Amino acid sequence: MNTTATAAVNAPPTVLVHAKGLRKEYGSGEGYVHALDAVDLDVSRGEAVAVMGPSGCGKSTLLHLIGGLDRPSAGELTVAGQRVDQLSERGLAHLRRDEIGFVFQAYHLMDELTAQENVELPALLAGYSPSEARARATALLEQVDLADRGRHLPSMLSGGQRQRVGIARALVNDPEILLADEPTGNLDSAAAYDLLRLLGDLHAEGLTLIIVTHDERIAATADRLISMRDGAFIDETRLTGGSRGNFGTFADWERLG
Amino acid sequence: MSHQNGVNQPPRAARKRAVKGRALLISRLVRRDIRLHLAQALLFVIAIAVASATLTMALSLNGVTNHPYAATRAATKGPDVVGYVTAPQAKNLIHDTGVAASSGPYPLASDTIRFDGRNADALVEGRVTAPAAIDRPLITAGSWVRPGGVVIERTFADALGVSVGDRVTLNHKSFMVAGIAVTAAQPPYPNLCWGTAVVSLKIKGGRETSDQGACANLNFVGEQRNVGLVWMTESDVAGMVSEGHGINDYALDLRLPNPADAQAFANIHTFVPGRSLALSTWEGVASADALLVNDQRGVLKPGALLLTLLAIASVAVLVGRRLSEYARRVGLLKAVGGTPSVIAGTFLLENLVLALIASLVGLMVGWLVSPLLTNPGAALIGTAGAPSISLSTIVEVVGVAIVVALVACLVPAIRAARGSTVDAMNDVARPPRRRGTLIRMSRRLPIPALFGLRLVARRPLRALLSAANVAVTVAGIVAVIAFHADVHSKLSIASGLTAGGLSDPVVNRDEQMLAVITIMLIVLAVLNAFFTTWASVLDARRSSALMRALGARARQVSSGLVVAQLLSALPGAIIGVPLGILLFRAAVQAGSLPSPLWLITIVIGTLVVIAALTVVPARIGSTQSIVEVLQTEAT
Repeated sequence: MNTTATAAVNAPPTVLVHAKGLRKEYGSGEGYVHALDAVDLDVSRGEAVAVMGPSGCGKSTLLHLIGGLDRPSAGELTVAGQRVDQLSERGLAHLRRDEIGFVFQAYHLMDELTAQENVELPALLAGYSPSEARARATALLEQVDLADRGRHLPSMLSGGQRQRVGIARALVNDPEILLADEPTGNLDSAAAYDLLRLLGDLHAEGLTLIIVTHDERIAATADRLISMRDGAFIDETRLTGGSRGNFGTFADWERLG
Repeated sequence: MSHQNGVNQPPRAARKRAVKGRALLISRLVRRDIRLHLAQALLFVIAIAVASATLTMALSLNGVTNHPYAATRAATKGPDVVGYVTAPQAKNLIHDTGVAASSGPYPLASDTIRFDGRNADALVEGRVTAPAAIDRPLITAGSWVRPGGVVIERTFADALGVSVGDRVTLNHKSFMVAGIAVTAAQPPYPNLCWGTAVVSLKIKGGRETSDQGACANLNFVGEQRNVGLVWMTESDVAGMVSEGHGINDYALDLRLPNPADAQAFANIHTFVPGRSLALSTWEGVASADALLVNDQRGVLKPGALLLTLLAIASVAVLVGRRLSEYARRVGLLKAVGGTPSVIAGTFLLENLVLALIASLVGLMVGWLVSPLLTNPGAALIGTAGAPSISLSTIVEVVGVAIVVALVACLVPAIRAARGSTVDAMNDVARPPRRRGTLIRMSRRLPIPALFGLRLVARRPLRALLSAANVAVTVAGIVAVIAFHADVHSKLSIASGLTAGGLSDPVVNRDEQMLAVITIMLIVLAVLNAFFTTWASVLDARRSSALMRALGARARQVSSGLVVAQLLSALPGAIIGVPLGILLFRAAVQAGSLPSPLWLITIVIGTLVVIAALTVVPARIGSTQSIVEVLQTEAT
């Protein structure tokens, strides 16, 4: 094998997320819920995908499956080269820790830990030394403009600040993909603007984004928009305005407006 | 982007860094969680500490009388062997080659001593007024014997209630109490006839009996517990013997070249064919002194077992409740990459740290309280001081605490690690299942009952945990009452042996023990009940605020909380009764149980206390701003 061929073999896969016939069902009898119905999806490296749809359509379930927070009932799911549907509990934990960053609508920060400690948490789990974890967390808090809030508990931060801590935490292990579940759902316009600009910057750096949102204006800034209903994709649109580097256009427009 | 966690580092260095990082993380999580849930952590610690303290006391009673006995023996020039012999036997023993020195023989008699309506059998030993070379009783009050003046052994004097200067009656003659003394030559009241080492067989009234120690040659009924020691002048003893009957029995104090040979000496000289000779050794007297403490141990050990079982139950319920609050935390840890081993390890470590702290607190409390319980008593001089806690005691107490925590935490920890991440993160109240009957029923109920029913239906798991907590509390109360009755029935048998209106020092001390166990259990039960109600009211904060927002009055809401508490407490209280009986049976195999009336009273009493305990936090909660509560609980 020559050098070029070896490099091609070792190159990271272009398709980061590959789902085929993905299903998720909950409960039984009267409580049976068909959350995802044979979904097929491919997400390329560096792509920003927005998923929209009414409440209960299955978009959060899709995100949970991609993020390894839940297991599919049927179908194939590959994330960053790993078959999620075949991973052990430990394997899923490693996937979440090393390949995925998750941003939640409800922030999901640990109330008893400071902002700095919340950001350090995944790094320490990943095997970084305390000093390395601290250095990474400090750098990320600076990046999200919260350098002076590191010692604050989440209860002492505003919603926007908490969400930025959440993003810093999601990025601390240099994930391949950032999954965001209604990231601006609990934020006011100004905080939403800041957040979207931050996500735009990350996307510009080449980070793959999958964002679940109700807000069409946010979705319009993505590379691709997927609409869902009753657990299935009903529409998929390539967007021109949201191509690489332009994520956050809406946010600028919103601020100016 | 690529992640660089240790990729370019040598594997060993990377592993070392990872271990350091994880250690920091786990210790941080443990510390912060304990601080956040301080009340629960405290209750957890108290539950285990109470059991550990009792266990420490039970274990540390070993050998606590050894030091005071040695001090008394030294101060009274205690003999190595005491012979209860006839005059010819005494002569032989004095000249025995194995004897280094002797005192006596001192004439012995027996009679009933009477004072202030109380009476007991007394072994009377005749003494000269000059101090003896061996066995020189230490006067703790008054002076030594004189004609018409007796000296009474201190535990016997305490039980009779006599002081120096009082007059007692012996053989229908009145004697003045000249002094009170302690000795290392005889076991103290009430064990004078018990516990001495040598047993000789005698024919009494045509049948063979086994007599022991000082009582061997006297006309007491064997194995009674109502004999004390009195010293008087030899001429006064002679006056006590009926006319025509000379003194046949003597006490002879012997010193051997080596005190450690006392038992061997006794063995050789007692079992000689054709002779009736009773010898008691200093070791035998020391163990008779320890009988006092042995009895206490007999109360403490099952008590410790009872409290340990109760601690396991309390901790299990606490852990269940903690885990339900821990669910969101577990979800978060998993979401950011926590492996099952990290999740289970963090939870286990946290509880093991608490158990370790609790066991150390228990050891400390047990060590501090033990001297109060292990006072050597009036028979000996000096104090036991704080008993030495041996390494085996520490290992046993800490081991029990760790096992208690492990038993209670292992399964929940594994379940937490294996559970669904999404479910754990979305730790929200589950809507109650729609049940037609329940809805039809509740529609007709007054507002407090309707609210109470809804609360229970809304969080069935929490209601179940509350019920379990109440069951544990009631079980503890039932078990301790049964235990109380059992110990008392045993003590009344013992008291029967010390008839004559005398107080029995052993019984008194056993009752002290029982009081300690009861207090510890009550502490545990009250804390349990308080925690249950407080936590339940906190759980219902949002629902209560919502009810008030919809127009319910504060009184209706607090009554609803009481109803909810009682709805979950009632089955718990009922289940607690058989559970308590099982606990009692596990700790004490035999013994009678409390009457049904008692059991019903316990159930009703517990429910009343729980209702009363609920009202206080419910009232405090009802004064909080509705908006504030709804906003806080929503985030």
